[in-house]
Amino acid sequence: MPETTYLDASELMINMGPQHPATHGVLRVKLKLDGERVLGSECVIGYLHRGVEKIAENRTYAQFAPYTDRMDYVAAVTNGMGYVEAVEKLLAVEVPPRAQYTRMVLAELQRLASHLLWLGTHALDLGAMTPVFYTFREREEILKIFEKYCGARLTTHAFRIGGLQYDLYDGLEQDCLKFCEYLLPKIDEYEQLLTKNRIWINRTRGVGVLSAADAIAYGVTGPVLRGSGIKWDIRKVQPYEAYDKVEFDVPTGEHGDTYDRYIVRIQEMRQSVRIIRQCVERLAPGPIFGKVGKVIKPPAGEVYHSIEAPKGELGYFVVSDGTVNPYRVRVRPPSFVNLQALDIMIRGHLVADVVAVIGTLDIVLGEVDR
Amino acid sequence: MADEEKSPPKADNGGETAKPVSKAEASLASNPPSGTPGIPAGSTPEPAKPAATAPAKPAATAPAKPAGAAPAKPAAAAPAPKAPVKPDPWTSPLLDALQKAFPGAIQEAVVFRKMPSITVAKESLLALCHFLRSEEGGAYTLLTDETAVDYPKREKRFDIVYHLYSFERNDRLRLKVLVAAAEPLPSVTEVWPAANWLEREVYDMFGVVYEGHPDLKRILLPDEWIGHPLRKDYDILRQDAAWVKSNLGIESGQ
Repeated sequence: MPETTYLDASELMINMGPQHPATHGVLRVKLKLDGERVLGSECVIGYLHRGVEKIAENRTYAQFAPYTDRMDYVAAVTNGMGYVEAVEKLLAVEVPPRAQYTRMVLAELQRLASHLLWLGTHALDLGAMTPVFYTFREREEILKIFEKYCGARLTTHAFRIGGLQYDLYDGLEQDCLKFCEYLLPKIDEYEQLLTKNRIWINRTRGVGVLSAADAIAYGVTGPVLRGSGIKWDIRKVQPYEAYDKVEFDVPTGEHGDTYDRYIVRIQEMRQSVRIIRQCVERLAPGPIFGKVGKVIKPPAGEVYHSIEAPKGELGYFVVSDGTVNPYRVRVRPPSFVNLQALDIMIRGHLVADVVAVIGTLDIVLGEVDR
Repeated sequence: MADEEKSPPKADNGGETAKPVSKAEASLASNPPSGTPGIPAGSTPEPAKPAATAPAKPAATAPAKPAGAAPAKPAAAAPAPKAPVKPDPWTSPLLDALQKAFPGAIQEAVVFRKMPSITVAKESLLALCHFLRSEEGGAYTLLTDETAVDYPKREKRFDIVYHLYSFERNDRLRLKVLVAAAEPLPSVTEVWPAANWLEREVYDMFGVVYEGHPDLKRILLPDEWIGHPLRKDYDILRQDAAWVKSNLGIESGQ
């Protein structure tokens, strides 16, 4: 800690948020500053707490599913997917292949939508105005596919415990392939805007460095962990649905800085396109629902199931006492755990870099606070 | 899933459906209960399961009446599902190593849905966590989650549940500790720094007190909040009435 004093004001506490455009929601960060430099920080969260886990105890298994969409509200499809899979695991139900591939297509589209939103807002935070218009334009195409599939754009409630509520609409396959065809050159376009842009590099290289050891110690998962050089993706190491049957790579960074995490997410978008194309090919006609009764009443027991959500490991710990209501549902949100690493990532950096690091962690406060 | 695991739950779902439907719909008070038995029978994938339907039928008539019958039902239904899906005992070289290093500390070791779960004594929790994190203990370096489950009727009412992951073994392990309401529990932040916020959340939601935690205070709820909402006996109405009385000086209408 620097010892220099200036007019008796060597340390200054300031509040960033909760109403701040760059905190992506209602996050309040108490910053201890020496001039422009951050000496320490503390996150104050909970402004969006809605007691989702308590609500679950008073709902049936099926009734709770739509609530999961309201946690990470920019990636509702993957949220719902994690929950229905956890209950399916509890019930020991097999989901037919058509439902599996449909889920994967929609989940990867959701990952693209989430990453596009992240890229646009992250770049906007750092002063690059242009990408946000482009990424929102592309994200809109994804939301249109969701809307055609299930009628909702954001809080989709796309899946049901045991399979799908709706079969695919005619032409979903073509829409997805057309979108993939359309998106790939756009990703190149974003890269033209940013990847070799000197301002972008200066703002992100060496900023918010998280070593691999720290990342593991703080439980960080998802693109942030991969940006620190650890090749770990739940879709690969503990595959769910049919991820073991598709080919894709797990991109990783080297330095664990904001720039590497940017590159990792850009690469992930290309991999998602790859997965969507393979899944669409395998969408053979068939049943879309497994053997699940009208009323879901799992045996007493507890399961933990986690999936690779766009932000990291999204886990559901479901405890059943053999009745129609879950005894307890615990959500392990990636944003909540990842945000914990903010403090060690911003120490020693400038206030302007705090904005960069919050952006690169890709948090959604609805999920942090639940 | 193994076959012996898979078939019994299906029988439950197939056979038991008649009963819960009527409960759920009775509580919604929308459909007359007389119409409900037909619905699940038609839509259930396996309609005829003689072994399971036989015990379910007498219960099915009872819950058609609302409220009063509800508490009796879980008790009546409990023995049926429990028998077929009992967790299997867990055997593994890691468990042997743990039992050797900490004799008597492992109270239970089971596997359910392919996930091993061990219950350990509170006294040896910290040493055991250090061991699990080390190389010979399986290198469970990632603490993915820490949470609690409340069973108010038990003497030690809280299950504190840790979910660990080992990159080396590509394996998950569930660790459980049982604690009573006011009983302090050692914090595992010195083993996994990730536990910091997770333990604060457990403290916030359940009121479990951790010893050795660097900054134990509420995280999601305001500091002045009374009570711990995820406890099963938490009463929001009483809370609301008290708030109205102290802040507005009137009786709450709820």
